[in-house]
Amino acid sequence: MVTYIIRRLIGALAMLFIVSAVTFSIFFVVPRLAGVTPDDIANRYVGRAATAETVQAVAQKLGLHDPVVVQYGRWVKGVFVGSEYDYGTGVEQCPAPCLGYSFVTKQPVWPDLVDRLPVTLSLAAGASVIWLVIGVSVGVLSALKRRSVFDRGAMIIALAGVSLPPFFTGLVALSLLSYGLGITAPGGAYTPLTENPGMWAYNLILPWLTLAFLNAAAYARLTRAGMLDTMGEDYIRTARAKGLKESKVIGKHGLRAALTPIVTIFGLDVGILVGGAILTENAFSLQGLGKYATTAIAANDLPKIMGFTMLAAFFIVVANLIVDLLYAVVDPRVRLS
Amino acid sequence: MTFLQLNDLKVHFPTDDGLVKSVDGLSFQLERGKTLGIVGESGSGKSVTSLSILGLHKGGRAKISGEIWLDGEELVSASQEHVRSLRGKKMAMIFQDPLSAMHPYYTVGDQIIEAYRIHNDVSKKVAKKHAIDMLGRVGIPQPDRRVDSYPHEFSGGMRQRAMIAMALSCDPELLIADEPTTALDVTVQAQILDLMRDLQRDFNAALIIITHDLGVVAELSDDILVMYGGKCIEYGSADDIFERPEHPYTWGLLGSMPRLDREVTERLLPIKGSPPSLINVPSGCAFHPRCAFEPRTGGKGSTVVPDLVETEGGHLVRCHLSREERRDIWATEIKPKLES
Repeated sequence: MVTYIIRRLIGALAMLFIVSAVTFSIFFVVPRLAGVTPDDIANRYVGRAATAETVQAVAQKLGLHDPVVVQYGRWVKGVFVGSEYDYGTGVEQCPAPCLGYSFVTKQPVWPDLVDRLPVTLSLAAGASVIWLVIGVSVGVLSALKRRSVFDRGAMIIALAGVSLPPFFTGLVALSLLSYGLGITAPGGAYTPLTENPGMWAYNLILPWLTLAFLNAAAYARLTRAGMLDTMGEDYIRTARAKGLKESKVIGKHGLRAALTPIVTIFGLDVGILVGGAILTENAFSLQGLGKYATTAIAANDLPKIMGFTMLAAFFIVVANLIVDLLYAVVDPRVRLS
Repeated sequence: MTFLQLNDLKVHFPTDDGLVKSVDGLSFQLERGKTLGIVGESGSGKSVTSLSILGLHKGGRAKISGEIWLDGEELVSASQEHVRSLRGKKMAMIFQDPLSAMHPYYTVGDQIIEAYRIHNDVSKKVAKKHAIDMLGRVGIPQPDRRVDSYPHEFSGGMRQRAMIAMALSCDPELLIADEPTTALDVTVQAQILDLMRDLQRDFNAALIIITHDLGVVAELSDDILVMYGGKCIEYGSADDIFERPEHPYTWGLLGSMPRLDREVTERLLPIKGSPPSLINVPSGCAFHPRCAFEPRTGGKGSTVVPDLVETEGGHLVRCHLSREERRDIWATEIKPKLES
């Protein structure tokens, strides 16, 4: 068990290195192959008005002429020990973990990411609880009342949920509930949980529901399919043959087995979500990681995009690890060795 | 009053393709301490019969009529809840494949404990002790340690023993074993059959063994009921069925049975064709399309459904051939082939 965890941790670290190397290449090697010179990159940092000499000096100071491997090494070093950036007007400190330094905002990336993380975490936490509870309950009921009006209705709504993008459902919800009925927050605001839990929830309820609608739909369909499979298993018949009450047959024997794949997917989904619910955050103007990423992409701010990508990859790798370990807890047939 | 009595049991399933008559008018009786073997091919209705006795088709799509009397109580008309309270306690079942019939996520002990505590208001500790007792009784070594194992950590034979322990945990008076040895190695089959015979004697339960394997029922049964197309086509004591079988289908079953004492060069005598569709059951005698002796019925085989008639002392046969014809065919055509 311990060796398994250690092995998985090493694997997770290796994965992060690969992700960072690939991301780094995409941003720094691919443009070079396409004919972009180090000076062009430096130019982006110092502004269009700068003279050719300034640009060259900056490119020199940032080491943009060095081989890519050296530059990548410098970036990795920065993650662990921090680094300094000199872009012509003075030396800027970027303490560890330095995921890069934005020359557009003249800020290290990491503190920005840390600032925005609570917003995204709050969004992910609330939404995931809602979608898990609703999705699984609807799925179970649908499976038990198969072909009933409830089942058909739920599955049509689920199909809509899976198909409609959050920027659409989010805007519809905003215009109906916030601007029409005025019962929910108009979006764009965020109150930290530690400051005022009531306001925290009030501001987030609509983004939660929007995001939950998308995922609850998928989970309802998954749970329904899983329950239909499981309830046809021989061990369900055995449980009934023992004289077990039907509610226990469903809850203890049926759902227990049907939940295993759900748990797996849930872990991964939450991991992905913590890395930024891009569409939902944009629809509600929430200043989370997803919004940060879209702003960075629009501004072509490479260090920010790189930093965001690494953080998102980190969450997904961690989620994967947790799911693998959890799987062994949920299903005794899985051996960790 | 007999302990278990079925009167004209019918279990029909409406489907999109038509009405599936899985069991179509089945009657039999069984006393405590006796063993009945129900034999037939896949789809002959034997498993549906057993699930109906346990009431596991109640509330589903099945249309059930007729009567099932268990120890003076009628079960077809009884409430689902009442039948549930009898399941596991008064009547229990052993299933074919113990790997799929046990929940993979719970230990063997937990599953026996659960079965015991449904019907006995005892603490988990007491129930666990009982589970260990039961596991020991069915011959599982080191039961106090194995009680915490998961089903996948058991071998096939051990799993079936655990399944039997679970079924017997509440001391049921009726035990139904549905193909209890089919999924097991041949060497383990005999052990399980021995175990079931011993336990039945200890518990004095009525035992129904459902199988397609005449060898299994030969080991255990007092009486044998042969099913075909949802109906009983021959019923009698084990001696009747093995020594004086009168139905062409039973002859076929006996001929399909591999036997060690037969010459290796001798071919088995398989039954031609495949089991009948239960939606469009053949007209007349359901077996007539596969019956080698159908021409001798003078056309009745394909037009008239034969009745189940007593031929001699409790031996019932559903066949258009006359008693004399059947005995003649058995003595001159079938028996010599089986014994050669």
